[in-house]
Amino acid sequence: MSEQVKISIQHLYKIFGDNPEMALEHVKAGMGKPELMDEHGHVLGLQDINVDIVSGKITVIMGLSGSGKSTLIRHLNRLIEPTDGEVIVDGEDVLAYDENNLRGLRRSKMSMVFQKFALLPHRTVLENAATPLIVRGEDREKALEEGNKWLERVGLQGNNNQHPHQLSGGMQQRVGIARALTSNSDIMLMDEAFSALDPLIRTDMQDLLLELQKELHKTIVFITHDLDESLKLADHLVILKDGYIVQQGEPQEILLHPNDPYIVDFISDINRARVLRVRSVMDPTPSAPDNVAGEVDADDNLESLIAKSDGDTSICYRVMSNGEQVGVMDMKDLVKALVPTSAAEGGVRGNY
Amino acid sequence: MATYDFIFDGLGLRGWCGEKTNATMSMEDLLKARSGETTSLWDTPFPSLDNLHDACPAIAQTRGLTGGLENGFLAVKDSLKVVLDPITQPLSWFLNGALSMFQTVPWWIMIPALLAVVFVASKSWRLVALVASFILFLAFIDHYEHAMQTLAIIFVCSFICVLLGVPIGIAMSRSDGLQRGIIPILDMLQTLPPFVYLIPLIFLFSVTEPKLYGIAIILYAIVPVIRLTNLGIRLVDKDVIEAADAFGMTDRQKLYGVQVPLALPNIMAGVNQTIMMSLAMVVIASLVSAPGLGVLVLRGIRNLELGVGLISGLGIVLLAIILDRVTKAALARVNTSGQ
Repeated sequence: MSEQVKISIQHLYKIFGDNPEMALEHVKAGMGKPELMDEHGHVLGLQDINVDIVSGKITVIMGLSGSGKSTLIRHLNRLIEPTDGEVIVDGEDVLAYDENNLRGLRRSKMSMVFQKFALLPHRTVLENAATPLIVRGEDREKALEEGNKWLERVGLQGNNNQHPHQLSGGMQQRVGIARALTSNSDIMLMDEAFSALDPLIRTDMQDLLLELQKELHKTIVFITHDLDESLKLADHLVILKDGYIVQQGEPQEILLHPNDPYIVDFISDINRARVLRVRSVMDPTPSAPDNVAGEVDADDNLESLIAKSDGDTSICYRVMSNGEQVGVMDMKDLVKALVPTSAAEGGVRGNY
Repeated sequence: MATYDFIFDGLGLRGWCGEKTNATMSMEDLLKARSGETTSLWDTPFPSLDNLHDACPAIAQTRGLTGGLENGFLAVKDSLKVVLDPITQPLSWFLNGALSMFQTVPWWIMIPALLAVVFVASKSWRLVALVASFILFLAFIDHYEHAMQTLAIIFVCSFICVLLGVPIGIAMSRSDGLQRGIIPILDMLQTLPPFVYLIPLIFLFSVTEPKLYGIAIILYAIVPVIRLTNLGIRLVDKDVIEAADAFGMTDRQKLYGVQVPLALPNIMAGVNQTIMMSLAMVVIASLVSAPGLGVLVLRGIRNLELGVGLISGLGIVLLAIILDRVTKAALARVNTSGQ
């Protein structure tokens, strides 16, 4: 499986303040966020960010509020200008773009979905969905037709002539997604797209996104503060804290091998049985033991396996992928994997 | 002899000041000189221009300031007129045209036409009935002609206010520097007593020219539409603007497709205020020959004709209600369709 890098972010820095260049030198010399604030009155937004965003995958950038995740995503289409660093999209340096090239990038290569929907309140739902094409100056009829197609695709029929304020939050965000899809861009930036929605609707929207993604294979950069959401969606997970990357990698990997107390605290609360997959905790051996009780798929989660085994920890399963055995899952190992790495002393949750 | 002599003597400036000529001694000075009293500390006058002039004739008197201003204005007046006259000439044409149109069209065409405009703007039969009753009442008491003159002036001036004010407001919303520069001017225009506008204008233009009062009305009434256009555009949801940027809208697309439509309720509120303020000013402008109901008010004051003044005042109130209700109804329609 060749993984083509679509967007490459290299050594990206963002400092807010009157004289970011001066502050940048201090930061590169090792000054931290609080010192920079106290001594120079500059806010360190992002600090040495290096991420490769793979084509056709969902990259989730997760962090708490103030971690710089929304700032980071806005650097990709230069809604915010970086202080230092490079953003390379399809081999081209976005930061070297002039106004026209940048507009071209925003019009046809990257679309965006916003936390607060940001639909045009004076246009109808259909016109909103067709906005990217209308902005590009394409034929209005065709644009509306395309908009209609995508509205139906995200499950909104019969609301075309309503105005956004007449729709519920979930429906408005569907319009937001339809609008992003109408632009037919390879890259979709989603800035806390589901954070403003009710939990049930949020789950619906996540399912919708995964279903669309199965078919469309867009390069999606998804921002969230919700760990469950990020584990559900992510092919590649980037965890951000105070403007720097704490850890990035495959979500299962981060879950099993957190490299920072901050992340340990973060993941201590989640339902590991639902998130962890068999392939991450199995013993990768081709040999079959004697007490095999059955076969499981490598991508099954542990929860389903527990249900299958009826809670019996004395048995083993053969783990299959594409009809071949890729390993053995001992139920004892499974139970061990469910114990979270202990919360860090003095960490976010250490004082409880 | 004067209170502040000691300053100039002490500084050795007596020579510069020149000899005092006591030719224009006032009665007060004479009395003081006779009694030989010196001014007590309690009565020390403020060292104003006039008082310093008493001590040192080289310092100008205050009347020199106002006189100088006047002379300066008169000096630039002619060259100013060369520039301003052609620029403002269309205003005279507009006003003359509108006035003659409103007066020559017979009432049985004019009144239905106005009611049709009211209906188009408000889509409300109740409002049309209200406006009809007001206009018919004014016509019934023989104030139709004057009311139409007032309306004609307001239409022209408000239209020009919008024409100039909205672009100025848009420009202000885009540049903080421009906003900082223009807001004091707007404050001044709004607080300057309306009569004060008229003074330099009388010097610049002939009192028989309609543009004289046209300019006064526009200067006075343009402020709210500029302010509210600026405010309206600045208040447009930042998230929506960000979305417009993210989808690659040009500045032009953003302005006409997003900012102006979303600022429209505020802009319309500004237009409403502008119309009301031009109505207020058109009454004052009757001092400089603006025709209309204001002339009757003025007659009421000059000749102490109580009834004439009160009835024409009532006519102005009725016009104000008509204009306010119609623009507010139009604003309400913009609001409900815009959200």
